[in-house]
Amino acid sequence: MELRLEAVGHHYGDNEVLRDINLHIPAGKIVCIVGPSGCGKSTLLRFMGGLEQPTTGQVLQLGEAPPGCLNPLTYIFQDFALLPWRTVHGNISLVLEDHGIPAADANRIIDDVLARTKLSDFATALPKQLSGGMKQRVAIARALAVNPAVLLMDEPLSALDSQTRELLMDDLVTLWTRNPFTAVYVTHNLAEAVRLGHNIVVLSRRPGCIHEIVQLDTPLDQRHSTHPECEKQQQYLWQLMRDEARAADAELLNA
Amino acid sequence: MPKQNAQPVHFRGGGFAPQPRRGIALVVFIVLIGMAEWGTRSGWISALTLPRPSAVLQTFIDLYNSGMLWKHLLPSLTRLAVGATLGAIVGIGVGLLIALFSLIRAGLVPVVAALFPVPKIALLPLFIIWFGIDEGSKYALIAFGTFTPTVVATYGAIDNVDRSLIRMGQSFGLSWLSIVRKIILPGALPGILSGLRISLAIAIILLVAAEMLGAEHGVGAYILEAGSLYDLERLFTGVAILSILGVIISTAIGALEKRLLRWRV
Repeated sequence: MELRLEAVGHHYGDNEVLRDINLHIPAGKIVCIVGPSGCGKSTLLRFMGGLEQPTTGQVLQLGEAPPGCLNPLTYIFQDFALLPWRTVHGNISLVLEDHGIPAADANRIIDDVLARTKLSDFATALPKQLSGGMKQRVAIARALAVNPAVLLMDEPLSALDSQTRELLMDDLVTLWTRNPFTAVYVTHNLAEAVRLGHNIVVLSRRPGCIHEIVQLDTPLDQRHSTHPECEKQQQYLWQLMRDEARAADAELLNA
Repeated sequence: MPKQNAQPVHFRGGGFAPQPRRGIALVVFIVLIGMAEWGTRSGWISALTLPRPSAVLQTFIDLYNSGMLWKHLLPSLTRLAVGATLGAIVGIGVGLLIALFSLIRAGLVPVVAALFPVPKIALLPLFIIWFGIDEGSKYALIAFGTFTPTVVATYGAIDNVDRSLIRMGQSFGLSWLSIVRKIILPGALPGILSGLRISLAIAIILLVAAEMLGAEHGVGAYILEAGSLYDLERLFTGVAILSILGVIISTAIGALEKRLLRWRV
């Protein structure tokens, strides 16, 4: 399944946050969206999954979701959004319960996604017992459990420390290499963008519009932080964004 | 390096974290009661001001031996259980409706605010006309008194449920009912339980009021009768029974919280 955004624009009151966004999310690729703070990148992601409606323009889904897909557009949130009163197993079963799946099948799905995210030993743990990185892996497992057509990731690694972030990026690359998925990945971290993005969409500051789309051809599993191509691209992206970021930083909120 | 005046950094952190201290509550009770006993025995406190704790205890033992304790306690416990359960269930239900539907919120929040400060005791005659002099008016009074604080605690607790968890539920396509049952209610449980602590204490207060009229037996009736005769020993026996009841209910809710809210950080 693919997504297409047509002339999407948005206002909060008199405040224009996004203007004329036209974007195509191709199947089997990871599209990263980067931009200075407050440029509306998370808002854009909420439009894509139907959690918010744009003032103008529309978001289209092209093609059918694959068979066995329970929730075509599935989010991974920055703050994990795990239910603290449910165990790891219970948090994943939450998203399967409304679909009338027989218990045995549901348990099989849960065991499978826990194995893929290396969490099999923690099925009975409560979220308060887990580190930030493990919590986000539970959220990734929960997202995989519904077999999504498009993964919508909203700064999924921003709440984690830099070592954990490296490990989780490796995990995401492994997951994608084994079974390529379609994803939109919003981040303010350029290193994450050049590690994970096939296309990197650079937004300008508010009102956010597409500044440039950078394409990266190096296969995901060959990229690492000191890869010359990655470094070059990251430098380039930073150059594109630096002045915007400085101007965005100097802006008053709600001015 | 030149020799300098070295001193340890002054510690100024810590504190503001309540720790369990076992047995302190017991010591406080014993000291207070011991002082009253010593005061009344030595004549420092006159017998008219405060009954002697040992005499109160003796009255309680007599009450127990005569079999009257259960005769008073059972109807009271029934009234408390029926009234408080009714009030709490309707209160949680109305609180849920207020929290979930803007129209109901707009209509009922002012009504609840108007009912909350009304002294429920003042309405006892009205309840007797509506529900009869028998048990009905007593249940209604206690239920009504438990209802208002439960409503306020419930919708406050639901308003405080993490909205990002609700968005998560929506993003996974959970049904409205699933979101309410699996996200909103468990998320509001801590607030509802702490509201219940207050509601049940109010229920005990209202028990005495409910037994003012048309009650032959009951702890409240026992206290009121002793009060009108200035029989301080019996008055304090009754008050002590209510206090013990309050401690038991508070402990029970504490145990319930410990069990149901294990997930809390």
